[in-house]
Amino acid sequence: MDILDSKLLSKQAYIGSRTLRTEDKALLKGLGQFVDDIKLDNTLFSSVLRSPHAHARIIDINITLASQLPGVHAIYLHKDLPLSAQKRLPLNTPNAAITLVMTQEILASTEVCYVGEPVAFVVAESRYIAEDACSIIEVDYEILDATSDCIEALRETTPLTHTIAKNNLIAKLPLSYGDIDGAFSADAVIVQDIFSQNRGSAHPMETRGYLAEFHKATSQLTVWSAGQAPHLEKKTLIDMLDWDPEKIRVIMNDVGGGFGPKAIFYPEEALVAIAACDLNRPVKWIEDRREHFLSGSQEREQYWDISLALTQEGKIRGIKLKMTHDNGAYLQWGVILPYIGVTTTPGPYVVPAMDVDLKMVFTNKGPTSPVRGAGRPQAVFAMERILDKAAKVLSVDRAKIRQLNFIQPEQMPYNVGFIYRDGKAMIYDSGDYPKCQSLALQKANYDTFSQRQKLAKLSGRHIGIGIANFVEGTGLGPFEGATVRIQQNGRVTILTAAAAQGQGHKTTFMQICADQLDIDLDLIDVIAADTNAISMGIGTFACRITVTTGNSVYLAAQNVRSKVFSLAAFLLQCEVSELEMANGLVFVSTEPTRSKTFADLARVSQGIPGFSFPKGVTNGLEDTQYFLPTQAAYCNGTAVVELEVDIETGQIEILNYVMGHDSGKLINPLIVDGQVQGAVAHGIGNATLEWMRYDEQGQPITTNFGEYLLPASEDVPRVSVVHLETPSPLNPLGVKGAGEGGTIPAAAAIISAIENALDDPNVFLKDTPMTPQRLFEILKNNTTSAHH
Amino acid sequence: MKPAPFKYHAPTSVGEALQLLAKLENPKILAGGQSLMPMMNFRFMMPSHIIDLNQIDELYGIELRDQSIHIGAMTRQHDIQTSDLVKKFAPIIPDAYDLVSHRQIRNRGTLGGSLCHLDPSSEQPCFISALDGEIEVMGPNGRRSIPIGEWTSTYMTPAMNDDELMIGTSFKPWPDGHGWAFLEYSRRHGDYAIVGVAVLSNINEKREITKISISICGISFAPYRLKDAETNLIGMVADQHAIEIAIKSIDSIEDVMEDAHNSSEYRRHLAKVYTRRAIELAFQRANNHNYGQNTH
Amino acid sequence: MYEKDVDSRCTLGDFLRNDLGLTGTHYGCEHGVCGACTVLLNSKSVRSCLLLAVQANGSEITTIEGLANDDGTLSELQQAFTECHALQCGFCTPGMLTTLTELLSENLSPTEAQVKSAISGNLCRCTGYQPIVDATILAASRLRDKSIPSAAIKQ
Repeated sequence: MDILDSKLLSKQAYIGSRTLRTEDKALLKGLGQFVDDIKLDNTLFSSVLRSPHAHARIIDINITLASQLPGVHAIYLHKDLPLSAQKRLPLNTPNAAITLVMTQEILASTEVCYVGEPVAFVVAESRYIAEDACSIIEVDYEILDATSDCIEALRETTPLTHTIAKNNLIAKLPLSYGDIDGAFSADAVIVQDIFSQNRGSAHPMETRGYLAEFHKATSQLTVWSAGQAPHLEKKTLIDMLDWDPEKIRVIMNDVGGGFGPKAIFYPEEALVAIAACDLNRPVKWIEDRREHFLSGSQEREQYWDISLALTQEGKIRGIKLKMTHDNGAYLQWGVILPYIGVTTTPGPYVVPAMDVDLKMVFTNKGPTSPVRGAGRPQAVFAMERILDKAAKVLSVDRAKIRQLNFIQPEQMPYNVGFIYRDGKAMIYDSGDYPKCQSLALQKANYDTFSQRQKLAKLSGRHIGIGIANFVEGTGLGPFEGATVRIQQNGRVTILTAAAAQGQGHKTTFMQICADQLDIDLDLIDVIAADTNAISMGIGTFACRITVTTGNSVYLAAQNVRSKVFSLAAFLLQCEVSELEMANGLVFVSTEPTRSKTFADLARVSQGIPGFSFPKGVTNGLEDTQYFLPTQAAYCNGTAVVELEVDIETGQIEILNYVMGHDSGKLINPLIVDGQVQGAVAHGIGNATLEWMRYDEQGQPITTNFGEYLLPASEDVPRVSVVHLETPSPLNPLGVKGAGEGGTIPAAAAIISAIENALDDPNVFLKDTPMTPQRLFEILKNNTTSAHH
Repeated sequence: MKPAPFKYHAPTSVGEALQLLAKLENPKILAGGQSLMPMMNFRFMMPSHIIDLNQIDELYGIELRDQSIHIGAMTRQHDIQTSDLVKKFAPIIPDAYDLVSHRQIRNRGTLGGSLCHLDPSSEQPCFISALDGEIEVMGPNGRRSIPIGEWTSTYMTPAMNDDELMIGTSFKPWPDGHGWAFLEYSRRHGDYAIVGVAVLSNINEKREITKISISICGISFAPYRLKDAETNLIGMVADQHAIEIAIKSIDSIEDVMEDAHNSSEYRRHLAKVYTRRAIELAFQRANNHNYGQNTH
Repeated sequence: MYEKDVDSRCTLGDFLRNDLGLTGTHYGCEHGVCGACTVLLNSKSVRSCLLLAVQANGSEITTIEGLANDDGTLSELQQAFTECHALQCGFCTPGMLTTLTELLSENLSPTEAQVKSAISGNLCRCTGYQPIVDATILAASRLRDKSIPSAAIKQ
């Protein structure tokens, strides 16, 4: 090994440790700076007037009374917007299969297509007054027929979601690999059913919000956002406002949860920016919870008609899938969401052939884009449920049928057969699926469950157990970046666009950086989620930041370490191999008084005017690295859930929740455990509680927290996690994403457990949420569940 | 979600409150605010005037007077829940309050407010109903008392005139040794009851039922008393057979409520399940006490 | 001690955040369900989104900004929160801390079930609640060791 290389080995005090978060202190003292906490002088506040109809033509809007209300500064309609902002939002994720690129306008011009669509924007002295003004704007609508059901929407006679469209089909995405006809030949055992999942949303505790300020002196526009993707927001603002790309800055300070819906660009961000420039005062818009129900992104509503072909022994031969995705009224994230879903279907199993018929459909309901799990929960639900059905049909134990079909660790890297969303062949890089399930089952005492079940039955109790596996592509490209810079005061700054909404990114990056430079965390500062910090970035979603930014920090810090040693060796007139580094000091091992501080070195590297650097020395003790993953890094897991069903009421109580979880190398296990526990809560909500409902006219029915039920403290059990760390060979840190794994298999495992508890050969559960009312219907009818 | 503008009034006496009620256009009474404020924040309600009762000291208090427990309309739910007097004479009440919403709501919410709001899913009208409570109302023509059974006029509307103010509720405690239970089905802890049942029972040394009160919320506008069953059960032995008679009477209830989330069939079913469980528990508790002695 | 004129419809949470600049208390739903806005009014936990500012006239209010020790160090509860990773985004945290401060002032030995029940009116979308329960149990045991009488817990 090169002598220089040996100096690259550091003491690794932080990576892998349960480091307490540096983010906590300020938040615990109430000193967080969420977007609504940012107070700028002369700020004006705003409210959006929204369509009360699922589908209507706008005939006329009268703002006379509203604009005369004292305290109202401006009211914007579509025609008042700058020309560049009158066009529809750009689709940041285009795809050739999309037949109608229908994105939102930031204010509707002639036609509204979902309840909640923005129609007017009022700016006033206070939010109170802005809402008063909204309530007296008179809009003359011609109500049009609305389409609410995505299956019905494909029929010829069903109303069009958009009057200019030919039909409600957004895209057809056929996908296939392998010999599907061979798989489904006459000697195959074929098991088929139709599964559905319900709409829901992430509902972070902080709703959306934006604050825009135009600085006249510099022509700079700054937007603070409660978002997940600063560069994506900046990019869209540049287009919508036709703005100088160098004069716009998007910053996210503290963000109160994201989980997906905050990763896309929304009309209101453009509206506050436009108003701020127009009125020359900062303009703030904070979404209220009712608005979040209407216009915050949602998803999960899909229908999966899945056929599984197997051998008599239970080995999978192939899958045929017809999937219909309810997209809502507008495209926000292209075809990605349903695409992730269908390609997630094979999971950890060998599936030699697959044929997919995917249809994305417009409906007059709230728009969709990824919500924690991002289409994968639906895939896992369909796959795990059909496997359970096959197990029943073939009289094989549910754990065994899965074991029989696992991709073995020796088969890694494993080519699944599909082309994934990043355009490359879908190849699982690493993972030990049999071991993961085995450890989870062991932890869950699966082997002795049937005894427990029998015993419980004797005292009139109905308990059940369910298993579900998943594989998730994480750490997606194209890139993220980080700069690591040693400052003239000796402190180290990490600069990145990566945005956190609670994941503890800052601490994670500090840990990685600290280990490369052998310093303590308190010498490091992080500037994140600021488009001025680094020129390019993508955003936080799909469990990608630790892989992309984490590795960028790692590589940049490694390079800075090299530079430090080189410069110190030059200045101390010794060999690099004679040097050691500790806590901001570089010194000769045998003569520690011969040393240079980080501050000394940084100042030297700043240069002295007029003097060239000597050979071997370069400017600045900093490095910027963008990590470009070649493909996704695949994490995996197993959920095993044991629960009790009160068959008199349909209520369930989870008795034991186990997750086997493999996210590769864990930088901070404390944070990862937190992600798993939190993600499971979302999954429990999907399975039994959360249900975003619309009626046949596209009117949302559940628009408050009394009717849309989020899991509360007594609904979420302690999750026992068994961690495996199969490092990914695709990045230097060996890491994989970890934020969604708890959610993805939850509904599948829970529904399976409920069915197992009912222990009735006539009952097969196919839908979520499995509410007590629905369970009551099923038990009453004693047949397979009916679709709503 | 900000409330629409209104004029705010904070009277310090019942008399002052009544004067305001009489003269103001489109007023709304603000008691605990836990039901009214959300509706105002959503702008579902936009009163022109708010009459805030929180400063009227005479509306607070729990006392035993003339062999009845009297609870002032503005008494906080939490204070009722933790009152020694209430626990001693009406243990069903603290039990029920464990199921009412959350601590933060109970710290401000009032019994009077709940009894005037009359949400069919609400627990408080239900246990007052089981206790055969009386509602005290004050108006320009003086004070009057309305039995709980006559208190609900229609959906979420009490039988009170616009110029009257509810000032308190009272009930005669059941004798020491009575059995009680309040059970409910809700999706999560603290949610409104989908169906809730309050049961009070007296059982003699021969284990015969001498008096029983069964009130169910969540199936109709007002708490539903199983009056027929209550009569039929007197003299019967407190056992499963008696319970079945009570359950059976639920089948003949007409027009069980339903909404988008819970069908009437499901509610009826839950009413039966919880009536059975509540009566069983009440019988159990009755058996643990001395019977039939009025010791207060 | 604060004294201000306020519009009658201004809610207490808005008053704290906008008029007094105490932005630690957060609005998550404005209909009394999520609990992020919970503060202590005369030591009792209440939803500041369901109170008019005028109604708090003459009262003592404790917000998250008032929970740390006088010297600025974290209270036992706050310290336990960071050790147990009981906060991620931090948005629900103000409501959790005030609610749990009330619990610990009444009960220094809560069981897990009692803690869960106490926070059943506070929604969190990040932590899955267990770490918050663990932090409370830990803080309670440390407070018991210090033998602080409950009345003196930082208000």
